Amino acid sequence: MADITAPAYRVIPIIPALKPGAMEGKGPFVAGDKLNEALGFPGQLVEDWHDRAIAKMGQLLSKYRSLKVFMDACVHCGACSDKCHYFIGTQDPKNMPVARQDLLRSVYRRYFTLPGKLFPKLVGARDLTREVLDEWYNYFNQCSECRRCSVFCPYGIDTAEVTMAAREILDSVGYGQKYSNEIIGKVHKIGNNLGLPGPALSDTLEGLEEDVKDATGIDVRFPMDVKGAEVLLITPSADFFAEPHIDSLIGYAKVFHATGTSWTLSSMSSEAGNFGMFIGNYDQLRTIALRIRQAALELGVKRIVVGECGHAWRVAYSFWNTLTGVGEGADPNDHFAQMLQKQLDHRYKQPAHICEFTWDMIQDNRLTFDKSANDKHIITFHDSCNVARGSRMGDLPGGQFEIPRNIIRAVANNFVEMAPSTTREQTFCCGGGGGLLTDDLLELRVKGALPRMEVLQQAVDEHGVNFMATICAICKAQFTKIMPIYGFDRKMVGGVHQLVSNAIQLGPK
Amino acid sequence: MASIVFAILFYLATLLLVVGLLYRISTYARTPAPLKIPTTPAPTTTGGVVLRMTREVVFFESLFKANLWIWGFGWLFHASLALVILRHLRYFTEPVWEWVAFIQPFGMYAGITMLLGLCGLWARRLLVERIRYISTPSDHLMLVLLIGIAASGLMMKFAAHTDVIAVKSYFLGLMHFDVGVLPADLLLVVHLSLVVSLLVVFPNSKLLHAPGVFFSPTRNQKDDPREKRHLSAWAAKLESEK
Repeated sequence: MADITAPAYRVIPIIPALKPGAMEGKGPFVAGDKLNEALGFPGQLVEDWHDRAIAKMGQLLSKYRSLKVFMDACVHCGACSDKCHYFIGTQDPKNMPVARQDLLRSVYRRYFTLPGKLFPKLVGARDLTREVLDEWYNYFNQCSECRRCSVFCPYGIDTAEVTMAAREILDSVGYGQKYSNEIIGKVHKIGNNLGLPGPALSDTLEGLEEDVKDATGIDVRFPMDVKGAEVLLITPSADFFAEPHIDSLIGYAKVFHATGTSWTLSSMSSEAGNFGMFIGNYDQLRTIALRIRQAALELGVKRIVVGECGHAWRVAYSFWNTLTGVGEGADPNDHFAQMLQKQLDHRYKQPAHICEFTWDMIQDNRLTFDKSANDKHIITFHDSCNVARGSRMGDLPGGQFEIPRNIIRAVANNFVEMAPSTTREQTFCCGGGGGLLTDDLLELRVKGALPRMEVLQQAVDEHGVNFMATICAICKAQFTKIMPIYGFDRKMVGGVHQLVSNAIQLGPK
Repeated sequence: MASIVFAILFYLATLLLVVGLLYRISTYARTPAPLKIPTTPAPTTTGGVVLRMTREVVFFESLFKANLWIWGFGWLFHASLALVILRHLRYFTEPVWEWVAFIQPFGMYAGITMLLGLCGLWARRLLVERIRYISTPSDHLMLVLLIGIAASGLMMKFAAHTDVIAVKSYFLGLMHFDVGVLPADLLLVVHLSLVVSLLVVFPNSKLLHAPGVFFSPTRNQKDDPREKRHLSAWAAKLESEK
């Protein structure tokens, strides 16, 4: 892996020429028997995979309007063809969103449409062969489900939905991806993606309390399993020990401390991430999310707040109400959701993002900052794809862009933007999202980061940027890994609440 | 002879188009959307969604953001096609509605701009490497079909006039199940044959993007998942099973 080098920056960001087959056979490790069976999938590729895959496709077409419409509506206009970071970085034409979709669409046409049955060659329909199945495995595991293509498609076709369907089909025939399925197994067994058991977690939190005491002289608490706390914090487990994630966890704790908010973590439900979304499996998505519901009910909390994690926030914001009832507005006869919704305090948004929480407190003048503590940083902000294109913060559309930036401006003096065609809803994926943050995909991850690295370099050259803030655990892990390969210091990446932590005043006002 | 053949073809093609489209649309409408997946930032109100869809359908907003060339040619083609179709209403109404009479000259020039748009789109398909790569034979044929319709129509207008009064009385007759006489004119036969093909192809092809866009969950959903619980029938069943 050490021989992986960064691709050269494009002189002007031109659209790359095609290199067919460039990423063929570069997919991730295949999941083994135990990992698959633990999730209820066949252990390995079943003998009748062909029939089962087609049947599964038919089932998904009848369950998801998105898939059904997206399979029919594409006109091959090419609007999306230069929008994917993996295509830009790898130049493999099958990494163009439309070509990636067509891997599945060609089979859809063959088995589910009249022209495809009658004139397969004419309409680009293909039989589902072993080669096609392998191609699915390879290229649907080279999509980070970042939805950038869906911003530009005139019909809103979202490749993420197609990738999810393809992965669901692959899992259903025993052809799952190791990294994602292993992680989901850990959540079920231990309660978080990293497999940190409760005792290790409480040790870590105690250690953090000591560290913060040493650094500030103040007793900032990191409570766990406190019944009757007001806030349940659900955060990506990387926040508990990975760098720079942990600095943001310290930031959340300081915000709760400074505002006198009673809060708790849960040892049973110590994970915001939900890889069930990545593999497109509704049951997994739901089962993982139900742990949060269970923790909220058991601890009797009034509010649920989610830490800095991109896809987790998409799942929390967009799906939790559907999956678990964390939210508002359930039907009065909907006892499942009502049970939880009656407990929650609806003066606040449920769930809330930690940035919403902090920004509300800043607006209420409940926090004071010494902005000069961040003067060593010239800061830019990387919008994380799932936050940008799959969620919201605050009351207005686009709050997911404004609120984190508002916080940064409130706690630091030097903030600059990167090129506008690569921020907000047009942001580029870090290159490691969607269940691809694994070392067996390092080449893909390095190449997929190219468009972001190009504009970061530009911001460094023009404004002297030395800190890129982001609110996603995967972005943070991906960037710390690949930025040194592009010649950047890994410490350039950090969380928004890391900046909050630097500047927040904890003593009496 | 041609009069009867075309009468049968038009009845059949219209039936296939209507039944095919109704079937497709009802499938889209019946298939549940279990999760909230609007591409954000998205409107939070129904009025906002209507505005977003209108911008999308009338101005091709997303395509505009994506690529100005495709947007330019694509919009030119679609807007022209709309005018051309409206202009053709004169062959099916007697007396001709006033606004249809008014747009006649615009509709005529729209035939030319429609052809321009189509040629631009085809040029991109042939010349741009990425788009050539994703094109199937049917993508090219579809453009050829539309170019054929536009070209044969324009030729009847500007090169070799056809007896439009006879054509009109033939179609007015068809609308009352009364098969009259269609002028024997090669250009007209080509034009009408291609139009019949288009009607048949429409509900069985990528031309379904027209109804499809209205059902696209990333565009037509409100961004309100925290305020209102969104639950599809099959997802709700999972809860009652517990």
